[in-house]
Amino acid sequence: MSLARRLRDSLPLLPFLTVVVIFLIIPTATVVVGSVYTDGVFSLDRIEALFTGTALSALLDSVLLSGATALLGAVFGAVMAWLIVSSPSTSMVRRAVLSLCSVLAQFGGVALAFAFLATVGLNGVLTLWVQQVFGFNLAGSGWLYSLSGLILVYTYFQIPLMVIVFVPALEGLREQWREAAVSLGASTWAYWREVAIPLLTPAFLGSALLLFANAFAAYATAAALVSQGSPILPLLIRASLVSEVVLGQAGFAYALALEMIVVVAVVMAAYNLLVRRSSRWLS
Amino acid sequence: MNTSPNPPRLTSRVFAVAASALLFGSAVACAPPEKDNSNAQTESGVNAAEATSAGDFGGMEGLVEAAKAEGELNVIALPPDWANYGAIIKAFSDKYGIKVNSAQPDASSQDEINAANQQKGRSSAPDVFDLGQSVALANTAMFAPYKVETFDDIPAAFKDADGTWVNDYGGYMSIGFDSSKVPPVTSVDDLLKPEYQGKVALNGDPTQAGAAFSGVLMVALSQGGSADDIAPGVEFFRKLKEAGNFLPVDPTPATIESGQTPVVIDWNYTNSAETKKLPSWTVLVPPENPVAGYYYQAINKDAPHPAAARLWQEFLYSDEGQNLFAQGGVRPVRADNMLADGTLDPAVAAALPVVDGPVTVPTPQQTEAASKYLAENWAAAVG
Repeated sequence: MSLARRLRDSLPLLPFLTVVVIFLIIPTATVVVGSVYTDGVFSLDRIEALFTGTALSALLDSVLLSGATALLGAVFGAVMAWLIVSSPSTSMVRRAVLSLCSVLAQFGGVALAFAFLATVGLNGVLTLWVQQVFGFNLAGSGWLYSLSGLILVYTYFQIPLMVIVFVPALEGLREQWREAAVSLGASTWAYWREVAIPLLTPAFLGSALLLFANAFAAYATAAALVSQGSPILPLLIRASLVSEVVLGQAGFAYALALEMIVVVAVVMAAYNLLVRRSSRWLS
Repeated sequence: MNTSPNPPRLTSRVFAVAASALLFGSAVACAPPEKDNSNAQTESGVNAAEATSAGDFGGMEGLVEAAKAEGELNVIALPPDWANYGAIIKAFSDKYGIKVNSAQPDASSQDEINAANQQKGRSSAPDVFDLGQSVALANTAMFAPYKVETFDDIPAAFKDADGTWVNDYGGYMSIGFDSSKVPPVTSVDDLLKPEYQGKVALNGDPTQAGAAFSGVLMVALSQGGSADDIAPGVEFFRKLKEAGNFLPVDPTPATIESGQTPVVIDWNYTNSAETKKLPSWTVLVPPENPVAGYYYQAINKDAPHPAAARLWQEFLYSDEGQNLFAQGGVRPVRADNMLADGTLDPAVAAALPVVDGPVTVPTPQQTEAASKYLAENWAAAVG
């Protein structure tokens, strides 16, 4: 194929390429450059600052939060997806649940945070009601406003997301495979152990990684829920950018952003590997 | 069948991180063509961007005329219920027929500076700033010096000698509480009592928000600390957290009115503004150790509307502007002199909090040292 022809064939993708360059390539390059250049001088100070106490604990908490919610979301989401796929595809309930999942998977941010605050926060409706009726303090000493609260709230949108991405993999399991296994004398348990689970593992792990990246980069929900301290990376970036007390931290935000890009890049590379494995048989 | 499900949320999140990086890097990445204001002259031949007093316009009439010709004023980070800014903006706009564009009312002081840098040269850049102490003093190179007509009436401690910045109003750190929900607070120490379980909120994170910083300082003073020693304040909040009384929610008018934050440590004027909407909202300025803070008013030297920016200053420091500030529960910078010559509305003057004895205002050096201590210790104390 001549070069001119190749160029012409890729012409329709040009607008997309422009968008990617403006909104992904340039910002990424800016972040990389900004994290090692201070006032035009090359310096690794900002990268070094990533290995100090605050930044390390934010990284750890971010990974913990993303890991925990990815695991919880993946397990519960997979079970729910299996229940959904078990019902006939014409079922009203199935269609309703799937639609609901699509909505809930996007229901993050300030609205979700406020919903939890107003329900199980220290002065939430449910907290006050339980206190009155059972004399039990549901909100404890404010667990909702810390990492444990973030895990609960994030899991709320992780499970539906898992359902959405995992249902196609379950639907790809053909009935003939089960029939073949049964006709060869496999029990249901043997079918799951020898056939279904090995087939689904890459898709399951891939989806879990997707959930991890999803939680890792989420910002608005955490920002609305946690106002003291900056326990996770996106909040630490905000603090570096907008603080009116500790000034001159904008450069540190570049370094933190670079750190996040690296983590997400690693996760996405792993995700791609796994998806490639599962797509071999799914198609 | 979609075999490799697209991750729409993820990509949008990645984009969001990347895009926000782009935003603050845009000065480097795609600097817009800069509009040179330095030679912009009004019809009467005045270089508005370099005028240092109304005299440069040939008097107030000249300034008003030049500002009207510009027709617009960009302000930023001025919440309508903060220091009566809603009414001030309306009064200014009505008086001179100038359209006031109020951007990001809830932004922080640092956001104001970020916005000025990002939008430099564009017609949407902020014309004037209203900043907390540390941000103002760190960015004086971005301000245009200007002396309002009442400049000599402003005490020397509250202004830069050249008029690069001038304090516009101040207030005291206070404890606001809903008297219909909690027993009355009479001192800082009360907050540790079990009646305030899960009810005490601070307006922001003190390593980020100036108001919260002053709140911790106020608490520190009540615990035997000083402007040089904020540690007892952090220690108090650690105890508050341990007792389960600290409520780590960022208070807003919405959380106050819905009862989510029954006790709020904030400036007396933001707390007083709540009283207008929620009559049971009571404000206490702890009498033993009051902490005061003044805000810094300045003109952006790259203001897209240089004459309107200067007219805004004249308005804020006029008797009318200062009285409007006072109605918002803040102490206007000319309050003492206006009280003396009777130009401060007596009804308003009576409502201003009375504080006897010494008032603590941290110096920039003290603020810096305390910020450093907070950056290292705050998160561990309340996290």
